[in-house]
Amino acid sequence: MNSLKRILGFVWIALALAAIYLMFQRAGHEINKAIADNKAVLDTRMFWYIIIPIFTPIMLGLTLFGWYAWKGEYDEIPRDSAHLVD
Amino acid sequence: MTSSSTQASSENKGLMKVIMASSVGTLIEWYDFYIYGAMAVIIAKQFFPQDNPTAAFLAALATFAAGFVVRPFGALVFGRIGDLIGRKYTFLLTLLLMGGSTFAIGLVPGYAKIGIWAPILILLLRFIQGLALGGEYGGAATYVAEHSPANRRGYYTAYIQTTATLGFFLSLGVILSTRKFMGVEAFNDWGWRIPFIVSALLIAISVYIRLRMAESPLFAKIKSEGKVSKNPLKESFAHKSNLKMVLLALFAAVMGQGVVWYTGQFYAQTFIERTLSVEFEQVRYLLCIAILAVTPFFLVFGAWSDKIGRKTIMMAGMFLAIVTYRPIYKAMYALGDPKAKTEVAEKSSKGIAYAVNAAGDSTITTTTVSAFTDGSTLKLVKKETVLADKSKPAVKPETTKTFWLSSSGFWMMTFWVFIQIIYVTMVYGPIAAFLVELFPTRIRYTSMSLPYHIGNGIFGGLTPFIATRLFDASKTTDNPTGDPYVGLWYPILIAGVCFILGMLYLPSKNDEDVMD
Repeated sequence: MNSLKRILGFVWIALALAAIYLMFQRAGHEINKAIADNKAVLDTRMFWYIIIPIFTPIMLGLTLFGWYAWKGEYDEIPRDSAHLVD
Repeated sequence: MTSSSTQASSENKGLMKVIMASSVGTLIEWYDFYIYGAMAVIIAKQFFPQDNPTAAFLAALATFAAGFVVRPFGALVFGRIGDLIGRKYTFLLTLLLMGGSTFAIGLVPGYAKIGIWAPILILLLRFIQGLALGGEYGGAATYVAEHSPANRRGYYTAYIQTTATLGFFLSLGVILSTRKFMGVEAFNDWGWRIPFIVSALLIAISVYIRLRMAESPLFAKIKSEGKVSKNPLKESFAHKSNLKMVLLALFAAVMGQGVVWYTGQFYAQTFIERTLSVEFEQVRYLLCIAILAVTPFFLVFGAWSDKIGRKTIMMAGMFLAIVTYRPIYKAMYALGDPKAKTEVAEKSSKGIAYAVNAAGDSTITTTTVSAFTDGSTLKLVKKETVLADKSKPAVKPETTKTFWLSSSGFWMMTFWVFIQIIYVTMVYGPIAAFLVELFPTRIRYTSMSLPYHIGNGIFGGLTPFIATRLFDASKTTDNPTGDPYVGLWYPILIAGVCFILGMLYLPSKNDEDVMD
């Protein structure tokens, strides 16, 4: 089970990076399309100006989660909070 | 009665007092937060005129930024204070901030009177609301959990979990009854301010109750021992050993819980109201009934999590949501789809009205009422304006659609919403106990508040926004009505990832010791 947890760490990293890439790619496409069609430009911009700054740091957090998983940090979840403060 | 049973009964009474005092305040905070959302359309008309781009921009910020971006910041600010000076005074402060800003929203003059200052003031007050909410929940959950016995922690903290849903119910109830009492016109004109102003009274009662409460015994203990954290933010997020638990809480539990909550309680409403165009009051009544019927299940699943583990129940709720959302929404769509119904021609009608204003513009209003064999009714009102001044650009015709569910349709729709909120009770009922058990007392308030508000405020809170946008984006020239179920992919995907992470990485056994 621990090997699976570690291997999947890569999947979470890849998933997070893919999500960031897709967000930027989709934002560029939709904003350009809205400008070209002159339709709902403010709404489209607003949506992506809210989504990107919020979700990018969260996805970086998922990358960190994947990294910790790969390093085996989640092999054992501490039962005692004394282990939680270095 | 023996002395030990007398002592147990008095301890139980004391605990119930703690729970009630905490829950009432949290409920009122949720009420304050929701009334803004429930009256967003009226507020937009009063404060954010669409013909002013700056005001429209501020409107979007007030709706989204305060609800989603500011809440995690509130969690950091008040979580830190709660871990430094104590739970009691911190959530007293959040209550005052929330109540004060809600009351003030009810008093701000409209855009017509003070211009751009109106939306700016509303935005500021909404930010304060978001900050206060970000600080409230972690404090209340921590406070109750730190009073509760280990074997009943899930049950007792579940009372706090009911407050979000009951706060929503209270906001719907106050709005509906005020609207009914005053009439729609007066309500839209100035009566909408009443639910905001009423908040002052509710907050005063809650502050009085909370002032009489004592500090959490666990916090008081570590304070007397000089073990209070000197820098809760650093200990929570700069130390790998705790940060990894914050990430685990967010991605393996709260992220999925957040989307299940907001889909069941809020996206369902958006879907029924926007996609199916079901009438305003019918939607609110069915939501109120479903919410009221479902509330005891928070306690049921909270108590059950004490016996079989938090993870089992939360993951089961998430799994059920993932596999049943699409069939449920298909069943809901069928209830409100006029194309799938048989019209009764003799009960249907069509009327046309003409009107000409002083400028010579004429308006043709066509009202079509279609009655169906199952008792449901559809009303379409098409308004076409012909301008007298032909040099002006033509006005696009406007069509408004209102659908009244039949009696059986109303109850079936209520049932489907009820089922979705049952999933909410499964994922949300045990979450407070789960989060409390994950972190140590000295940094608990800070550590649990941040993942909670990212999971619920951002992943959850954005659900109706993202799902509705996916639906709008699915409308093409080939398919102008769009795919009504496409919005569900967002909660299904997020809950799916969270389910896999939770099953793999979360501990199966509850950590009974929160005294550390």
